[in-house]
Formats: sequence, structure tokens, C-alpha cells
Amino acid sequence: MSTVSMTVNGRKVSGECEDRTLLVHFLRDNLHLTGTHVGCDTSQCGACVVHLDGKSVKSCTMLAVQASGSEVTTIEGIAKGQDLHAVQTAFKEHHGLQCGYCTPGMIMTITDMINRHGSDLDEETVREELDGNICRCTGYHNIVKAALDAASKMGAGQQQVAAE
Amino acid sequence: MGVEGIGAKVLRKEDRRFITGMGRYTDDMSVPGMKYAAFVRSPHAHAKITSIDASAARDMPGVIDFLDGQQLKADGIGNIICGWQVNSKDGSPMKMGAYPALADGVVRYVGQPIGIVVADTRNQARDAADAVMIEYEELPVVVKGPDALKDGAPQLHPEAENNLCFDWEIGDEGATAKAFENPAKVIRLDILNNRLSPNPIEPRAALGHYNPAEDHYTCYTTSQNPHVARLVMSAFYNVAPEHKLRVIAPDVGGGFGAKIYIYPEEIVCLWASRRTLVPVKWTSDRTEAFLTDAHGRDHVSKVEMALDENHRITGLRVETIANLGAYMSLFSSATPTYLYATLLSGQYNIPAIYANVKAVYTNTAPVDAYRGAGRPEATYLIERTMETAARELGISPAEFRRINFIRSFPHQTPVIMNYDTGDFEACMEAGMRMADVAGFEERRTEAKSRGKLRGLGMSCYIEACGIAPSKAVGSLGAGVGLWESAEIRVNPVGTIEVLTGSHSHGQGHETTFAQVVSQRFGVPVENVQIVHGDTDKVQFGMGTYGSRSGAVGCSAIVKALDKVEAKAKKIGAHLLEADEGDIVIENGEVKVAGTDKKLAWHEVCLGAYTGHNLPDGMEPGLKEGAFYDPQNFTFPAGCYICEVEVDPDTGVTKIVQFIAADDFGNVINPMIVEGQVHGGLAQGIGQALLEGVNYDESGQLVTASYMDYAMPRAWDLPMFKVETLVTPCTTNPLGLKGCGEAGAIGAPPAVINAITDAIGNNDLTMPATPEKVWNAINAVA
Amino acid sequence: MYETTYRRPTSIDEAVKLLRESDGEGKLMSGGMTLIPTMKARLAMPSALIDLRHIEDLKGISFENGRLRIGGGTTHAETKASETVRQNAPTFSYLAGLIGDPAVRHMGTVGGAVANHDPAADYPAALLAMGATIHTNTREIAADDFFTGMFETALEENEIVTAVSFEPPQAAGWEKFRNPASRYAMAGVFVAKRADGTVGVGVTGAGNNGVFRWTAAEEALSSSFDASALDGLSISPDDMMGDMHGSAGYRANLVKVVTKRAVNAAKG
Repeated sequence: MSTVSMTVNGRKVSGECEDRTLLVHFLRDNLHLTGTHVGCDTSQCGACVVHLDGKSVKSCTMLAVQASGSEVTTIEGIAKGQDLHAVQTAFKEHHGLQCGYCTPGMIMTITDMINRHGSDLDEETVREELDGNICRCTGYHNIVKAALDAASKMGAGQQQVAAE
Repeated sequence: MGVEGIGAKVLRKEDRRFITGMGRYTDDMSVPGMKYAAFVRSPHAHAKITSIDASAARDMPGVIDFLDGQQLKADGIGNIICGWQVNSKDGSPMKMGAYPALADGVVRYVGQPIGIVVADTRNQARDAADAVMIEYEELPVVVKGPDALKDGAPQLHPEAENNLCFDWEIGDEGATAKAFENPAKVIRLDILNNRLSPNPIEPRAALGHYNPAEDHYTCYTTSQNPHVARLVMSAFYNVAPEHKLRVIAPDVGGGFGAKIYIYPEEIVCLWASRRTLVPVKWTSDRTEAFLTDAHGRDHVSKVEMALDENHRITGLRVETIANLGAYMSLFSSATPTYLYATLLSGQYNIPAIYANVKAVYTNTAPVDAYRGAGRPEATYLIERTMETAARELGISPAEFRRINFIRSFPHQTPVIMNYDTGDFEACMEAGMRMADVAGFEERRTEAKSRGKLRGLGMSCYIEACGIAPSKAVGSLGAGVGLWESAEIRVNPVGTIEVLTGSHSHGQGHETTFAQVVSQRFGVPVENVQIVHGDTDKVQFGMGTYGSRSGAVGCSAIVKALDKVEAKAKKIGAHLLEADEGDIVIENGEVKVAGTDKKLAWHEVCLGAYTGHNLPDGMEPGLKEGAFYDPQNFTFPAGCYICEVEVDPDTGVTKIVQFIAADDFGNVINPMIVEGQVHGGLAQGIGQALLEGVNYDESGQLVTASYMDYAMPRAWDLPMFKVETLVTPCTTNPLGLKGCGEAGAIGAPPAVINAITDAIGNNDLTMPATPEKVWNAINAVA
Repeated sequence: MYETTYRRPTSIDEAVKLLRESDGEGKLMSGGMTLIPTMKARLAMPSALIDLRHIEDLKGISFENGRLRIGGGTTHAETKASETVRQNAPTFSYLAGLIGDPAVRHMGTVGGAVANHDPAADYPAALLAMGATIHTNTREIAADDFFTGMFETALEENEIVTAVSFEPPQAAGWEKFRNPASRYAMAGVFVAKRADGTVGVGVTGAGNNGVFRWTAAEEALSSSFDASALDGLSISPDDMMGDMHGSAGYRANLVKVVTKRAVNAAKG
């Protein structure tokens, strides 16, 4: 067992867990932040993507103890109160989600993508960089549209680039 | 947001919780004292269990109990059943092999549950499950459907001689044989429909909670049809009495058919909770999902099509071997029979059809309905044959279809179905316009200059949604009725709750159903709340599958709305001192037509609940329920056109354009309908290019993770071009046909027709992997 | 995952000490992108996990004396984002930007990838083709001597990859044919026209014993740096991996096709 301390969505948290505890389970079971999901065992579906120190990572492929001392942002932490993040808004406006299960990971991945590419983001890059996120409902069509729309809006300075 | 009725692109009401991480799925649920389960599963495809030793496992840290099939049997938990009785052509009933929720002495597929460990943590449960020592005596294995029927094949069930579950037929064998006596031409094809894993991204999960103080059970589960789950678990599996069992299917992360069925795990979690007196939660991992979620398709067929000298189809003869897997899943008998062979007429006027389906057991996971369920198999078979026939005749695929389209409705096919409406040529013309088919040869030439092989493929599908009516499906062997229920509760302030028996797991019911209500009374959609997925809240309902929620579920809502409207009008007429026939309800007002006399909607609602001034003898309140049983199936149809470029050096297929022109009847929310089409197309393209469940000869699942099962990713798919045409359904009140499965049904033949067109070799099976395509190119080079 | 003990050293010496103390039961973990999934599948059960992410000496990218040096703890994303790498070895930068997916690139490191030597890993092909050097806490090893077989390297117990370095090639091309399921390379070829004018061809994902140099192609391309130089060559399927995603014969074809494309890419 180890004591794990980190900042999650701006709040300092700590908890006891086995060293083998994955970050995703620490978030879900210890902190009850259940927006981060698990959809596979092989680090491929991306339902578990969170930001670690500002960068997208797969929280199912990282131990909670590895993240100790870091800043973690989850899907619950990107809106500012009632004001949705631009990527969240774009997903709603473009019908970029159906069952909603892959959605948190998609939004976290695309937010990171826009942080790196800004408004230059193009369709080919979005599709290439969604390599690690699987959606079974949407055929990706509307996810790609949402990503491009959010990129152009964020690039145009309508919203701060990243919430973290 | 205001009044946004049928036909409006209303953004989804349910989205906010999903985009903020506030969705609530089964694995998100926890109750005080909850413990975790891990299943001990068979590593063998076929074996006798000679001993189970759980003594070491029981002593491990955190372990509460280990339970196995002996205890399950002793407690009288019933075997898993198939709910649709299909008879063989000789009249004998299908041969259902016994399927206990925990294996009873024999295991018949890799991953079959043998026992359950309940422990304090997920990891402790897994540790202990690994420590359960089981000895096996391995038995010979059969994996492929046709092999199961061969002499000397390993036998799975004593109940089913030669592994044959049923040998079923449909159509007129004699009349069909006649069509083949003197035909101008016969087209023959061998058709393989690959086995698929549905892969909702949310894995299955169950939380069973027995409350000894109340002698009451609660089951949170990833279900598309919680009431059916409750009925089956109580009536057939004896897990709990129906009135003492609450089944909740909260947010469900995709289903695609895989979450229709009642699986061993939820039964065992509930039973284990009673045994251990702790709430028990199990969540599947992805490999367990590959091993145990019901698979889809897996047909091996031979088709023959007879043509006359005018290129008219005179007969169609089909033989299919359907692989059921090791056991019968809940609707596994209906999928390769009444959901499949009844669609073999496609969009075409075919005077004689005969189909024979042999359903067989193999040492693989159970196979059942997966998005499309039977209709993709029929569509793939008929549309591959149509394209092949056109090529052999040397006429264009469009022209060949034009010659054979059904043009007058209603149309009775030789295989049960009676199509109420449609305009198949209009869909094809729309598709061809969208695809710029006229410019294709120019594009092909241009691609050739870049060293690429370009091809065009078409698929004109028809499918059947909203299986019905209940009396008819009952006569065909269904164990349940296929109606739907709804209750409309108008609150005293005029807001409205709709309790629906449909279940939303991505379809957007909270929005579309609200639009229907909004339109009726002119109340804003945000004043309408859709309630579903909880047997304690909602009246008995049949759930969501087979694209039935619009055609059947919404029709039940309309029927209940009719009753509410009738009562509201009576109250309005009474309050406004007008004739009931003069009352209209629109824009949130109850008015006397042709006058300025009116009441606000909420005033009438409040009047219903105060009861101060109601017509004599009228009960207070404004709440009505309805059960809607459709008169007929609905028949969505459309034309899909796929354009591909194949790289001859590697065999890689790139979809450069995909066109969908669909007729879904009337549309409630075009944005949601388009989304359903996109998702269906992705799964259909996935089947055609990428996906295939693969067992080796020993019955080990080779494709047990995303490392080996190729899921469609963003990179694999194009932007889709989608249009809808409307011929309203004539048999339900809103004229809806259903849109949930069309893409998965219509897409595969369009893709394969396009690739075979590109490479000039018609001999290609799904999934058309780069290596297969490369080999097919080289075979004709 | 079996229970393990997590350790977080801040120096190479401390990491070696912790590894020694684990009596061969511990494992070094850099990004963990292969190790954690392997442990989740219960295919590995190290008693201790020694996390190298917090060792400063493993980080950093530099270009000195004509050699580009990338610290073992540098993530793929850092390599991709590095202006130094982009200017001196743009193809290596391009390769780093196509490993796995963005989340994997944020964690996975060159040191971890090299030490693990997954038969479908991307870096080894480039390092072989360029004639790179693998630096460890005890010595320097030529890439040719380092990759000894599938999941096998010349690393000894308690040896840590601290950096890779290479002389940037005059021209290079990287072409990856992805497995449609896993998205790992089914045939990934790095072609490098080295400073001395000879050509290196490193092939990953295809060989039945891990990454390899296609020497016949190297000779042909050294005489004529053009895809047509490969026309008469073929790869023997006997040396190729075969599985449900592609037979050995298909992979043999892929290697040739992909090599030609890498040459074309190198020629711009």
C-alpha cells in the first residue's frame, strides 16, 4: 500500500491504495470521479484518457502511484462551473456522441490535440491522432466535425485554450 | 429551446451529462458494503471438468466466497433459455442444449463461466479466481459451422444429434425448383458472412444486491431491455420472484444487440449476493467481452438465382448453415430464420424463393442478433448476387436492379413479408446523383494514372423493423409479444413525464420522444422528461432492439398522447363551455376553434388535478397509459454506393466516397437519424474491411483483444454523404420506419461490390483485409 | 495485475541499486506503455517496479560534435516536438510523431522502447538504419550489436539505457504499414543515406526474429539511391513473421513495397 497525493481538477487529494492500483481506478473508486471510463485492457480504446501535467495520457496504463505528485485533469474538471469547455460544446452542437461512453476520453484527447495544433488542426490530423480512441456509435464523422469546429473557435480566442 | 416538434434538429437533451462526465453507467454504481466478483472461466473449448479445488482460493486475502455450478444447481437456478421456438421442416422442435449459468460438468466454449469469486477488491477477486484449481479432461473440438455437420464431428449436446439444432425452411421449394428448370441464366455464388463481435465500448457489467431485510433483489445491469431481463430471470431462472426483483439499466454505453440477452453473469451476481449477503459487482474486461458477449452473423451459404431472357429474376434458392455457437442465446433461433430468410426477396420482384437453414452447435461463444440481425446476412447475399448477375449479364448494376425492382405496394413477397410502401428507384437515383456515378469512369481512369484501382459498388437494401404483430410472431414461435408500452404523466403544472418501455443506450430517446410530446401539446421540450430503464418506475416494456423504438415505442407514446389529449379536450370544453369537438390544443394553449376563447395548457392540467370543476363523473388527474401492438413490420430501404481505391502493391482499400440515400419514412430528428446512419455505416464497413472473430482449430479465440480484432478507427472511415427520402410508413401513426440498423445492413455488399469491381476478381470474402485483396489481385493478374 | 512495489529513484545509481536489491525480480519502467499492459494481462509479475521517469540524467536532447543525442527518458512527444531533432533528423522526428497514439507518445520513451525491443517497435528500425549507438550506464553499444532477437537485447542485468545517439543521415525515409487491429507496424522501414554515402535499411514488424537490416537492399541502394534499385530484389518469406494479419509471404512483399516508398520519401 502507498499513500498517493496529487492535484485532481485543481483540488489536492490523497488516498491509500495498493501499488498496483491503476490511476483510472484511483480516480473512479477512491475519488468517485466516474466520468473517466475503461473500455479495453490493451490501451487502445482511449475511454480512460485524462491529462497528466497538461498532457493526454491513458489512465488505465498508469499506476496511481506513478501519478503521485502530478496534476491530473479529468472530464469533470474542464468546464468552468456551468460554462462548458469549447470541445464539450462542439460535441453537443455537432452530435459528436451517442451512448456517451467513449466521449470523456474523446474530449480529453481532442482538447490535448487542439492545445498542440491550435486552429491549424485539419481533418487528416484529427483522424490520425484519434488512433488511440475508439468509438462504436458515431462512425467518427461528427466527432471529427466537432474537433475541427472547436479548434477553429479556440484558435480564434473565443475560449481559453485549455482549462488546466 | 422552445417548442421543437417532429422534423426539427433539436440538440440532445441527454448530452450535458455525458460531456461533463456525469453519465451514470452500471460500473459507476456503488452501494454500501459492495464487493467485487471475478469469474473463473474455461480455458478449453470443450472439456469435462473432473475436479474443482477452491480451497487455496478461499483462504486468500479478502475472499468472501467461491461458488460453482453444483451450488447453483442445488439452489434451483434454471438453465439459460432461447425465447423463440423454431421448428425444423419435419415439424420437430429445435434441440436446445442445456446451458447452466455456471458449467455443470462440461464446458463447451473458451470463456464459459465455471465459478464466481466474491472478494473485497477487484484485484483480490481476480487473484483468487486464478488460484482456483480445476482439472479437465479435454474433448475434441469443432469450430466451423459446416464441420459440425460432418460425419465423425465432435458432438456437443446429447439433445442435438449431429450438432443440428434445427433444419428449417421457408418458401415454396417446388415452385422455386420450377424456376430453375429452364432458365435463361443461373447465377451461383458461395457466400460467407463473417463472425463479428458487437463491441459496445462500455463492457457488460452487473451489480446484484439482495436485501435480506426486505427479501428483495436489485440488479443494475447493462441491458437494452430491463423488463425482459426481470421476466426471464424470475420466470425461467428462479433467481428472484418478479415482484421482488428490480432491474435497473441506467446509462448504457452502446448495445448493438449484445445487451439484449440475459447472460450468466447477472444471474450469478444476483444469486451470489443472496448466498453471500453482500452486494456483488462484476464488470467485464474487454477480453471477457470478446469471449462471452454474444457474437453476430457467421453464415455459410450457397445461393442460386434464376433469370429469364429479359433479365428478370424468376427464382432464388438459398442454403445456409448458421453457426449458433455452443449454446442457444435468447433470440438465437430467430436471427438466422425469421429475421433473415424473410428478407431474401430484397427490393425485387421474385416470384419464387426457397431457403433452407441448418443451425448448428460448435465450440464457440453463442451467436445471436447483432446490429441488423439476419437482415445484413440477407442483404449481403442478395446484393452480392445482384451485382454478380449484372456483371455476368454485361449490363449495369443499376439497370439490372431497375428491371427487377418492386414498383407497386403493398407487395407480398414469397417469404412472409408484405412491404407496405417504398420507392426503391427513387433511392437509387438519389444515390447515383449523390455519388456522381456518371463521372465514375473518368475518376477510374485518373486513379489508374496514379497506379490505383478504383471501383464502384452499390447496395440496394431493404430491411424490416418493429417485428410484429405479437399474434403473428407468437405463431412463428416467439416466447414474448413485441408491442411497446408508454405512460404519459401530465403534472399539475403542465410539465410532462413519459415513461417508456423503450431503452436508450445512445439513440437519443430523451430528445426525440420529447419532440413528439412537444409537438402534440405545444409545450417546450425541456418541460418533457423521458423516464426509462427501471422496472420500479416504468410499466412493463419490451426494450430497444431491431430499430423498434421509433416505429413501436414512439407509437405507444402517440397512443397514450391520444388518450391524454382526449381527456384534456373534455376538461377544456367543460371549462370553456364549448363543444368538445371544437377544442384544439396547440402552442401550449387549449382553444375553442374560431374564437378567442382559450386556456393555458397548464390551467387545464391544474384543473384536472384540483378536480374542482370537472365534467360530471370524470376522474381527476391527467395520466394515461397505452400498449401499442403494430399491425406489421416497417420496411426501411435505401441505396448505398461505395467508391474505393485499392493499392495493388499492398491490397489496401481506401474508401474514397460513401453515399447513403435512405428511406426511413418520416423523421423526428434529422440530426439523430444521420448519426444513426453514420454509426451503422461504420459497423458495416468494419464488417466488410476489418472485423472478424477468429477461433483457431482448438477453439481458442485468437481475436480476444483490440490488438487482434480490428475495430474501425477514425482513420479507416471517410466523411459520409447522407440524404433521406420519405415514403411514410402506412402502418403506424407517425409514419416512421426505423433507422438504427440500416447502415450496418446495407454497407457490407456496397464495399465488397466496389472492391471486386476495382480489382476485377469477384472471389473475395469479408473482411477484405489487405492480404486477401492483394491475393485476389494476384490471382487474376 | 499482481501486486508489486513501486519505487521512484531520482538518479541512475539509485535505480541500479534498487534493481540489484530486487534480486532479478524487479523491473525498470520508463513510460510503462508495454510493461503495464503486460502486467495487467498477468503476463509479468515483477516484485518491484522501478520508475525511471524522475531521473533528470535520462532526459535531454543535444546536438554536439555532429551527433544527435537523445536521453533514454525522452518521450516520443518530446522527441517529436524538439526543434533540435527536427532540424538535424527530420525523419526521426516524423517517426517519433507516429508511434502509438498521442497519449502513448506522452509517456513512452526512446530508452524504454529500445530496451524492450518489441518486434514491431519503430525506433529500432531507425537506429539500425542510421548505425546509431545505444548508451547505457556502463558502456556504449552499436545498434547492430544491441538488438539480438525478438524482445532480446545485449543489455545485461542492472544495465540501463541512458541515451541513443547517431550521426544524422544525409537523407532518410520512414514508411510504416500498420496492422489494421493493433496499429503497430506490420512492416516499417527506415531508409538512411548515411553521412559516408552508404545506405542503411532497418525493417521492423515483419521479421521473425525482431528488427533487422535488409543488407541486399542496402548494397543496391548504396550503388544507386533509387527505388528502382530494389526491383530485382526479394525477401525470403522464411525470414518473415506470419500471423492472422498477414502471412510471411505477404509480409515479404510488404517489406519490398514499403522500402521502395521509404526511398521515395527520402528522396523527397
